[in-house]
Amino acid sequence: MLYINCPHCGMRSQNEFSYGGDASVKRPELNKEVSDQEWDNFVYNRKSLRGKHLELWQHISGCRQWIKVERDTATHEIFRTFKADEEVA
Amino acid sequence: MTQAFRIENGGLINRDKKLSFKFNGKTYFGYEGDTLASALLANGVHLIGRSFKYHRPRGFFGAGVDEPYAVVQLYRNGETEPNIKATEQELFEGLEAKSVNCWPSVNFDIGAINNFLKIFLPAGFYYKTFMWPKSFWYRIYEPFIRKAAGLGVASTKHDKERYEHKYEYCDLLIAGSGPSGLAGAYAAAKNGAKVILAEDKPRFGGSLLTSDVNIGNQSGKDWAEGIIAELKTMPNVVVKNRSQIFGYYDHNMLVMSEKVSDHLPSTKKYHPNKRLWYIRAKEVLISSGSIERPIVFGNNDTPGVMLSSAAKEYLKVYGVLVGRKPLVFTNNDSGYETAIEFKKYGVDPVVLDSRKSAESEIIDEAKNLGINIKNSYVVVAAQGYKKVKSADIASISDDKKQLGKIENIQCDCICVSGFWTPTIHLASQSGNKTKFKEEIDAFVPGQSKQNEITLGAANGVFSLDETLKTSFKAGSELSKKITENNNEIAIPNVVEKKSSQHDKFWCVPLPKGKNYKRFLDFQNDVAVSDVEIALREGYRSIEHVKRYTTLGMATDQGKTSNLNGLQLVSEIENKVVPAVGHTTFRPPYTPVSIGAIVGREVGKHSKPTRKSPMHSWHEKNNAVFVDAGVWLRPRYYKRGNENLFEGSKREAKNVRTNVGVCDVTTLGKIDIKGPDAAELLNRVYTNAWLKLPVGKARYGVMLREDGIVMDDGTTTRISENHYHMTTTTAQAANVLSHLEYYLQLVWPELNVNVVSTTEQWAGAAIAGPKSRDLLQKLFPNSDVSNEGLPFMGYMEGDLFGVKARIFRISFSGELAYEVNVESDYGNFMWEKIIEVGEEFNIQPYGTEALSTLRIEMGHVAGSELDGRTIPFDNALEGLISKKKDFIGKRSLQRSAFIAEDRQRIVGVVPLDKQTSIPEGSHLVKDDKAPLPNPKLGHISASCWSVEYDNPFSLAILKDGKNMIGQKLFAMSPLKNKVIPVEIVSSHYVDPKGERVRS
Ligand SMILES: [Zn+2]
Repeated sequence: MLYINCPHCGMRSQNEFSYGGDASVKRPELNKEVSDQEWDNFVYNRKSLRGKHLELWQHISGCRQWIKVERDTATHEIFRTFKADEEVA
Repeated sequence: MTQAFRIENGGLINRDKKLSFKFNGKTYFGYEGDTLASALLANGVHLIGRSFKYHRPRGFFGAGVDEPYAVVQLYRNGETEPNIKATEQELFEGLEAKSVNCWPSVNFDIGAINNFLKIFLPAGFYYKTFMWPKSFWYRIYEPFIRKAAGLGVASTKHDKERYEHKYEYCDLLIAGSGPSGLAGAYAAAKNGAKVILAEDKPRFGGSLLTSDVNIGNQSGKDWAEGIIAELKTMPNVVVKNRSQIFGYYDHNMLVMSEKVSDHLPSTKKYHPNKRLWYIRAKEVLISSGSIERPIVFGNNDTPGVMLSSAAKEYLKVYGVLVGRKPLVFTNNDSGYETAIEFKKYGVDPVVLDSRKSAESEIIDEAKNLGINIKNSYVVVAAQGYKKVKSADIASISDDKKQLGKIENIQCDCICVSGFWTPTIHLASQSGNKTKFKEEIDAFVPGQSKQNEITLGAANGVFSLDETLKTSFKAGSELSKKITENNNEIAIPNVVEKKSSQHDKFWCVPLPKGKNYKRFLDFQNDVAVSDVEIALREGYRSIEHVKRYTTLGMATDQGKTSNLNGLQLVSEIENKVVPAVGHTTFRPPYTPVSIGAIVGREVGKHSKPTRKSPMHSWHEKNNAVFVDAGVWLRPRYYKRGNENLFEGSKREAKNVRTNVGVCDVTTLGKIDIKGPDAAELLNRVYTNAWLKLPVGKARYGVMLREDGIVMDDGTTTRISENHYHMTTTTAQAANVLSHLEYYLQLVWPELNVNVVSTTEQWAGAAIAGPKSRDLLQKLFPNSDVSNEGLPFMGYMEGDLFGVKARIFRISFSGELAYEVNVESDYGNFMWEKIIEVGEEFNIQPYGTEALSTLRIEMGHVAGSELDGRTIPFDNALEGLISKKKDFIGKRSLQRSAFIAEDRQRIVGVVPLDKQTSIPEGSHLVKDDKAPLPNPKLGHISASCWSVEYDNPFSLAILKDGKNMIGQKLFAMSPLKNKVIPVEIVSSHYVDPKGERVRS
């Protein structure tokens, strides 16, 4: 079971969190013309990459904040975690 | 019965406490401190069961977790448990155990005829034989395999025992209390680190209990006892015996099973049977030791053949002789140590050493004791069926290929030592890439992946002196990093005998003309010939060989068989062992009770039960409850002998004619506050929200980004910047997460707060033509007239002194209201409604009547909003704003979503107006069409219309818009029904929606 450093609460076990997918996906702006391809990329197409992955988790049984987690999908190593509004350098 | 094989003195058992037990119905005696295995061996019982595939007689091979086949069915305190290792089960007064895999008895086993008829089931037998013909599978093959297979029978009764889970955090977790574990624990504890030391056996000390060594001028055993006693006094240390760390998971999470009560005749009051520990450790020291490995020879599964270390343990720990005429077969010095122990107790062993010559202190001691030693000698085959009677032995050439003349010598046990295999399971589970250590012919941990270190015999280090030095040092250094203390530990002086180099010899060749079975894997009956077949048939990867032959599978996980299997593959394939590689070690290291894994999450504790504040009222009034997610809701209120159909029909009818009240507390409620609240709703819902006035409610539908309907419900504007959202019962948690997602990640600029208030409000829906009259009496000071409180209106009111929220909303399609009060007043509100409503013939109604009312009105619910439908499918396209953007809008342009013949909700009535249509039935054009009959749609919800007194269903039907008036068939192969039906409008009752506005 992963051990995730919630930027708001500290180290907590994975069973307090729920997974939210790729954090690099940006929702197209509202009221903007979006091509089919762009929309498909946003809704469906994910890289499912092996290695370092920036992903969303929600601390659902804790502070309820959505956070960003930089994790290696192959080794499960977690490098860094960020608040929702923190820029990932 | 006398314990004929128990020596006079010695061992760590308590001879003052005699215990009686039964094995296969016969009564025996043992002592406190025995295992079932040691007690049986003390009584001369070697035959414990039959093997898995061939039903060959099986005895004891090990003395602990290494035991591959002495598995029994245990009976304790009225319960039974299969798959218990006799070598691990501690004896208690009244213990009962039976053999497994034997029918009709362990002494006469019918399955063993296979063995005599030489119908040996070779590798891949199951794959090859049971594949064809298919029709034979259920009738013949499966029953046969089931009868033949299995290591016992699981109880079908409810388990009365209690199991607990515990979560623990520590600085240093230590797996195994041998010399390495003790030294590491002691050093770390002295530095103030929080230490957990786990030992799977009842006694601490590991190899120190049986080895002839001195530490700090004490015997190894006494030194271990002293360390444990001191550790137990330290507040920062937890020492646990009977506790097996069986799994090493991500981020240094390890799981340990503590056998709290298995050694007692019955579990003490308030104690669990087992406790599962989830331990998050900063550092892990793996000191799991090593397991002796066998040398492979003919009939090496005969009872009486066992590991030499096991024989020594039975003698030194339990005071039991495994035989009076032992033959020791070894390729290293460990066999001599066992022989020396036998000799000390007046038994004359014969030692066969595969080495041509060897010299060491241990061998010198054996020679000085006058032990008969034969060098360059091997056991070719054990003789005897249910017990070793003699051994065929022979000299062996230096290249180990040629056997000399075969001689037969009398013996009653064969103690075998093929050197030692480090127990690397935990390190491997952690992700450690193991490496092959040439000097010991075995794998040891390599580069650590997590914060783990493996020391001592588990790391292939068999010198006690070196083990203690490295372990004290590791304990100090690991703890220093965490506690920043640095207490010096004086490392005690060690006296141990030096060993000589072992012989890289593991398998005795077959003599000419003999085809003895030479077993590699005793638990799974895998012989050398099976692996040869697998390789001959083209299996190359060790993982494939494992699965084809079952080598190293099941509960044993190859503890004694793994390396010999690899040696064999490497020889046939002409590769070195590291090139063959080993199979993946998977948790659990040793079997764990399902009960321990489940813990307290059984029965009512398997999930939480949510109850509304009115629950006890429902109970008192004969409510029949139904699970709605984790909520318990009244399905109907039973009157007299009514069944569900009659009761719900009565309740629904009363709503249509008088007034009913329904507990709607379970609806999800979300409080939304902030200056941008309206903007959030406008983006989340498909319809327009910016102009909703204060004091008004609106129905809304929200989509996922892929255009599928996520949820629906009403939201009310309580004040300028304050909204009250309701969700369906099932989606409450998801909708909250959904809102939080957009507020925190996508539109953080919106100034809005959301919080769940589901449990803060109790809700009652009051529905029916008389509901306004009732409401007026409940709120005499409020104007609840059609003008004062119009459809979709909202007001606050005073309910006999309690502040209430009144919403004029309707799910039933009748004139209806919803009243909310703070949860603590829920029951008060309910009782008042019932009391005041009496003059209007009020009746409470449950979820079944609620469903009936909404179905015949064509209101969609969870069975239509099933994660596969878009607004159009539910006839909700009128709620889609063309002017504004919202979540999921772009997806609605997908070609499938705008197809002309898109599926759509319809009503369905059986032509005979009699036959209810099962939910889930498929709608087809032609009931006689060949299979697969093209499906046009499915029945999503069914009820008995109280308005028309006939069955009515809703369906999602392809091109539903143009299907009204069509005749189709509803088919339910599950219920074996074919029902001719007519498609009608989904708005079966009050299609214009006049009642809700009346
Ligand atoms: Zn948190």
